[in-house]
Amino acid sequence: MDDKIRSLRMEHITKRFPGVLASDDITIEVGEGEVLALVGENGAGKTTLMNILMGIYQQDEGRILINGEEVRFRGPEDAFNAGLGMVHQEYMLVPNMTVTENVALGYKKAWKKGILDLNMVRSRIMEISEKYGLAVNPDAYIWQLSVGEQQKVELVKTLSLGARFLILDEPTSALTPQETDELIVLLKKMTDELSIIFISHKLQEVKALSNKVTILRHGKVVFNGNTDDYSPSEIASKMTGHEVKLPENNDEASHGDVVLEIKDLCVRGDRGNYALDGLDLSVRSGEIVGLAGVSGNGQKELAEAINGLRKIEKGEIALFGCEIGNKKPRSVIEQGMGYIPEERNIEGIVPPFAIRENLILKDVDQKPFSNKSFLKKEKVNENAERLQIEFDIRSAGINTQSGSLSGGNIQKLILARELSRGAKFITAVYPTRGLDLGAVEFIHKELLKKRKEGVGILLISEELDEIINLSDRIAVIYKGRIQKVLEKKDATRARLGILMAGVKEDE
Amino acid sequence: MDLVVNVLSMCIPFSVALLLASLGEMFNQRAGIFNLGCEGVMAMGAFSGMLVPFLVGHGGAVPMVYNALGFLLAGVIGALLGLLFGLVVITFRAPQGIAGIGMQMFGVGVAGTLFRYFVGGTQSVPGVPSFPIPVLSKIPVLGKIFFSHNIVVYLAFLFVLLSNFILFKTSWGLRVRAVGTHPRAADSMGINVTLTRYESLLVGGALAGIAGAYLSLCQAKMFSDELISGRGFIAVALVYFGHWNPYKIMLGALLFSLAQTFQSVVQGLGISFPYEFAVMLPYILVIVVLAFSSRDQKSAPASLGKPFNREIRT
Repeated sequence: MDDKIRSLRMEHITKRFPGVLASDDITIEVGEGEVLALVGENGAGKTTLMNILMGIYQQDEGRILINGEEVRFRGPEDAFNAGLGMVHQEYMLVPNMTVTENVALGYKKAWKKGILDLNMVRSRIMEISEKYGLAVNPDAYIWQLSVGEQQKVELVKTLSLGARFLILDEPTSALTPQETDELIVLLKKMTDELSIIFISHKLQEVKALSNKVTILRHGKVVFNGNTDDYSPSEIASKMTGHEVKLPENNDEASHGDVVLEIKDLCVRGDRGNYALDGLDLSVRSGEIVGLAGVSGNGQKELAEAINGLRKIEKGEIALFGCEIGNKKPRSVIEQGMGYIPEERNIEGIVPPFAIRENLILKDVDQKPFSNKSFLKKEKVNENAERLQIEFDIRSAGINTQSGSLSGGNIQKLILARELSRGAKFITAVYPTRGLDLGAVEFIHKELLKKRKEGVGILLISEELDEIINLSDRIAVIYKGRIQKVLEKKDATRARLGILMAGVKEDE
Repeated sequence: MDLVVNVLSMCIPFSVALLLASLGEMFNQRAGIFNLGCEGVMAMGAFSGMLVPFLVGHGGAVPMVYNALGFLLAGVIGALLGLLFGLVVITFRAPQGIAGIGMQMFGVGVAGTLFRYFVGGTQSVPGVPSFPIPVLSKIPVLGKIFFSHNIVVYLAFLFVLLSNFILFKTSWGLRVRAVGTHPRAADSMGINVTLTRYESLLVGGALAGIAGAYLSLCQAKMFSDELISGRGFIAVALVYFGHWNPYKIMLGALLFSLAQTFQSVVQGLGISFPYEFAVMLPYILVIVVLAFSSRDQKSAPASLGKPFNREIRT
C-alpha cells in the first residue's frame, strides 16, 4: 500500500449510459495537498465521474493514474485499498445500524475469522474523531442522528477506513448554513494531510476551499483554472454558459390587502411538543414575506398547517378572509393556495408518474383535463408541452418519469404546476435547496414575476441571501414564534443572524 | 394442573418447525429477500427427510444415523431451492412475491409427486425418539415441560441463541443486515450485495428444509400432502411479528403453538363447541396480533423485496 497519493489523474474518461453520454473525454488532475472543486449544473456528469473513480461504475474509455501508474478498480474495495474515500451526496449509512457497525462494514481488519471485534472499530473511530475534531457517538444508531451529524459520521467512516484522498459529493447540500461553515473550517484543516476533490455548485464554498476548479457542462470539461484567479460570477457564467445575476426585489413595498393572516397559532410537532407556540404573521397581496430561521424552529409545521396537512390546536389561519385551519388540503387549494413543499420528491411529485401526469395532479377532476371522469389526453399533453417550454423543464419528453429528472427540473415542474393553475397565494418552502445557480435564478425570477402580478408569497428559507434578495418584509422565526418582523431596508445579514439565534433586540 | 402441564409440554416441540422456518425466513428478509415460498421448501424438506429412513428401513426401525442423514438431505435440498430462488429473484430480478408463490406451488407439487413415486401411500417412519435429559427431566413440572423432548427440540432452541449471535456479532450478520437495509451503502463499502443475498438464501432455504424434515421425522413421523398445512406462511408472518429479531420470533412461534395445542386439547376434552372455530383460533390470533403490533419499523430491512442493480438508480 502506497503511503501518499502525490498525484491523481483521470485521462480521457468516457462513459455512456443508454441514450446518454454521461462523461465525454474528461481529463482531470489533482496534486498532493490540493483541493479540486468540480463544478457544474445538475446533470453535468460530476457524480458519474466520481463513481468511476471509486470503481462503482466502469468507464468505457480512458484510464486512471495514481502517482503516474495506471490503476484499475473493479469495485469500491479496490479504490479504498488505493487510499481513496468518497462521501456520497446521499449518505451511504445503514440507518438501523450503529455508527460503529457502519464503520465495521468496511473495516475488514476487525473481521477476525468472521467474528466482529467492535471494540477495535470503536477505538479506531475515537482515534480519528479526536485527530480531526469530528465529534461522533460511536454507539448511536444512524436514524437517531441529524443530517449534520450523519455527515460527520460519513467523514469519520471514510477516514477510519484509511482514506488519504477524499472525494466529497455536494457535502453541504443538506446542511444548515452554520453546519456548512463548520465543515469548511474542518476540511481546510484536513488539507494538510489529504488531497480533496469537492463537488459543489455553491460558489462561495468553492472559493473558500479549493485551489483549482474544473467546470463540467453536459459531460464535458469546459474550463480548468486556479480558483484564486476568478471571481464567483466568472465561475458562475462559465458553469451555466451565460451571465448569471440573481434577480433582486427592489420595488416599492406592497400596500395591498392582507391576504394571509395567522393569529396565535399553536401546532404540535411530530414528537408531541408545541412546534408553533402562539405564532402571528400576515402577508399582503403582491408581497413576499421571507421567513428566516434555523431549520427546526417550526418552519415545517407552519407550512403544513397552512396547507391543511397538520392539525392546529389553537389559533386562526385566514386566507382571503376565509378560515383554513384544520381544513382538508383540497379546500385550501380551492381557496387559491399554491404550495412548493420542502420534500420535492415525496410531497411535490409522484416520482413514477410521467411529467404530463404530475403537471395535472391538482386538476385531475377539473375541466379541461377531465370530462365526466374521463381524462382528456390531448388537453393533458397540450398543457405539458406548453409548460415544459415555458418553465424550461429539461427532459427527454413529457412522458419521462418525473422521478428520473434532476432536482432543478423537478422543482421547475412543481413550480410550473403551482404557478400555472392561477394560485393567488404561494407557500414556498426551501424552494432552491440543493439546486444549481441556473435553476435558482430561474425560480427567483418566476417568484418575483408572480409578486408583480399581485400574488402574496410566503417564502421559507435558510439561505439569507435568498431571503434578503427577494423579500419585502422578513419575519424571523425562533422556537415556534415570530421573533421580529423587519422591513427589507432594515434587514442585514448580521442583524438577522442575531435574531435567528434567539437573541431579543432591545429597542 | 395436569392439563396446563400437558398443553405447555406439547406446545414446545410443536413450535420447532415454525421456529426453524421463521429463523430461516428472517435471514432471507434481513438480507432484503422476501421468500413467500417457505411452504414449498418445507414440503420438499419434509419429503426428503423421511425418504432416507424409509428407504433404509421400509417403515421399520433404523439406526439414528439415517434420521440424521434425512435431516442433512432436507437441509441440502432446502439450500438448493434457496439458490434456485436466488437465481430467479436476484440474478433475473423477478418480482419476489410472485416468485415466492411459484416456489410454494413448485415445492408442494414436486414433493407430493415424488412421494407418490417413491413411497406410494401413507407410510410411517420410526422417527426421532424423545430424549429426556438425565436429572433435569426429573424436576417436577418443569422437567416434563422443558426437558423431555427429542434432541432436535433442544438444538432448535439453542439455535435461537446462535442466530442472534450470527446476526449481531459476526461479520456475515453485519453484511446481511447492511444489504437488506441499504444495499447501495453496502456496495459503496465494498460488500458484494449479490453474493451476500445468495448466502442468506442458502441458509434460509436449509433451515426451511430442516423445519420440514422436523415435521416428517419428529412430529408426524410420516409424510402427506397436507403435512405442512400453511406453516410456511405462518412462519413468514412470524418474522414480521418478531420484528426480524430471533428472540421475538421465538416468542411468536411459542405463542402460536400454544394457541394451537390449546385448541386441540380443548377439542379432546369434548366440550361442545364447533371445532371449526377452535381450529381458527391460532390463525385469528396471528392476524389480531399483527394488526395491533407496533408499527416501529426502525429494525425493518428497508430494502425488503427490492432488487439491487448498481448502475440503475431507483
